Amino acid sequence: MTSVTEAQRAVRRAPRSRTPRRLADHGAWFLVLPALIPILILSVGPLLYGILLAFTDAQSGRTAPTQWIGGLNFRDLLQDTLFWESFRIGLVWAVGVTVPQFLLALGLALLLNQDLRLRWLARALAIVPWAMPEVVVGVMWRLVYNPDAGILNETIRNLGLGDGRDWLSGLGTALPAVIVVGIWAGMPTTTVALLAGLQNTPRELHEAAAVDGAGAWRRFRTVTWPALKPVALSITALNLIWNFNSFALVYVLTSGGPGGRTRLPMLFAYEEAFRYGQFGYAAAMGCVMVAAISILLAVFLAGRLRGGDEA
Amino acid sequence: MRTSRTGRAGQYLALLAYLLFLAFPFLWLISTAFKPPRELGSLHPTWIPEDPTLANFRQAFDEQPLLQAAANSLIAALGAALIAVLLATPMAYVMARHRTRLARAATGWVVVSQAFPLVLVIIPLFLVLKNLRLINSMPGLIMVYVVWALPFALWMLVGYVRAVPPELEEAAAVDGAGRLRTLVSVTAPLLAPGIVATALFAFVTAWNEFFFALVLLKTPEKQTLPVVLTHFIGAEGVADLGPLAAAAFLATLPSLVVFAVIQRRITGGMLTGAVKS
Repeated sequence: MTSVTEAQRAVRRAPRSRTPRRLADHGAWFLVLPALIPILILSVGPLLYGILLAFTDAQSGRTAPTQWIGGLNFRDLLQDTLFWESFRIGLVWAVGVTVPQFLLALGLALLLNQDLRLRWLARALAIVPWAMPEVVVGVMWRLVYNPDAGILNETIRNLGLGDGRDWLSGLGTALPAVIVVGIWAGMPTTTVALLAGLQNTPRELHEAAAVDGAGAWRRFRTVTWPALKPVALSITALNLIWNFNSFALVYVLTSGGPGGRTRLPMLFAYEEAFRYGQFGYAAAMGCVMVAAISILLAVFLAGRLRGGDEA
Repeated sequence: MRTSRTGRAGQYLALLAYLLFLAFPFLWLISTAFKPPRELGSLHPTWIPEDPTLANFRQAFDEQPLLQAAANSLIAALGAALIAVLLATPMAYVMARHRTRLARAATGWVVVSQAFPLVLVIIPLFLVLKNLRLINSMPGLIMVYVVWALPFALWMLVGYVRAVPPELEEAAAVDGAGRLRTLVSVTAPLLAPGIVATALFAFVTAWNEFFFALVLLKTPEKQTLPVVLTHFIGAEGVADLGPLAAAAFLATLPSLVVFAVIQRRITGGMLTGAVKS
């Protein structure tokens, strides 16, 4: 074993020592620049610019020059009860989507990892929601939730459970209804990630545990979960971020209504910026959202990693 | 590891429940798209249209500039996919082969760029593009899509480059091939399937995108399909269900076709880096 790796290392080292280091670096820059320049101009630059805008009174279509106003936007934001209500809804939505989504996707991934017949078909069907434009997902579920022509109320009527209701405009039902759509839309990504993780778990270990008489749950706890955990952590962290920042689904389903009950922070900031033209104030909201999501992730990852050490 | 017969049956049942949950909204969309107005107004809608019709499709094309929108979407998605892959492939090669500080910074950016809410990106972009007179224009939108697709394209491509054994390149170098020659005739052919998969993925992402298009495209003749679709929903949230369903169904087809093509690669381990094949 060692001799092979050493031989490979020797081969790998050989060409590098021949070409002068600096020349290799020049080549690298030449390859990197075409992507690096647009990234710097259109991604890193705007992000920094956006953070700066949060400290100004920038508005759309104003003739007076934009002024530096320090932390005034943030002070206003602290008093803005509407924003904090929207922020609270955003958190409920993000957690309410991410957690059930993870559990459901884990179940599906475990099933798809089994030797079932028609598995290929199931795998193909399971990623269909991923392929759809978010707007179409929203449209589709509007048709499902439609109070008269929707299949949900019709099913409820057929089961004799009453007349159903107007799910998306009911004050109490709107948020749960959009959360269900959120769960549905994110299932494929989460399932595929978990399935990839499952396929890396050592099969022999599984079989050994089965021979030793470990039940399904024990095998999951002791063999599958430890191997799956890194993937599970990263996909959950990503899902939290994506969900907290999501826009199109809810925009199409309810546009934030009824009475702001589904107005996610992204919708709030979008209206502030592009309906009322308050660029500076909306940028400040964006900054608060980044800060919040960073804290949420830090807490989540710290808690999870520590929990892993104890177990 | 034998599973009992009842266990197996339970697994099939669970799988069926999952598939029903995942499939029923789409089936309902298709069903709605083919229903005449009389059935759409009925209080007892059925799964299979009693009197299927294509009228909704005709009406959808009459009401909104769907063909124009589809052409716009196609230009934006093709442009974004091609340019993104062209820019990302060399950089991904460097990121995969050299462990420089730059490569590490780029990887960090790929992760960080995921965490920022789009509002914080779109406001400054809107101002910059406005100064460049690129609001309400395809080149402007394509530029934004390219940058937006780059993180994931880099992520995928780095995995594919790592799958090409460096020994092959070294062998070519030993045989006297120059650096460029090695890249073109050894690395590129091995990388081609990965590049195609990445391009298709970028295509679907851009085809489906909504937020940037909503903010950056102002006039109906410039707008992409997802934005035009929302015009079917009226101010009060009242929608003409039939044409809406028909248009939504059509807008999904290209993405579904592309996804069917790259499906194997995606489930086969895109997230593990696709390194083992």
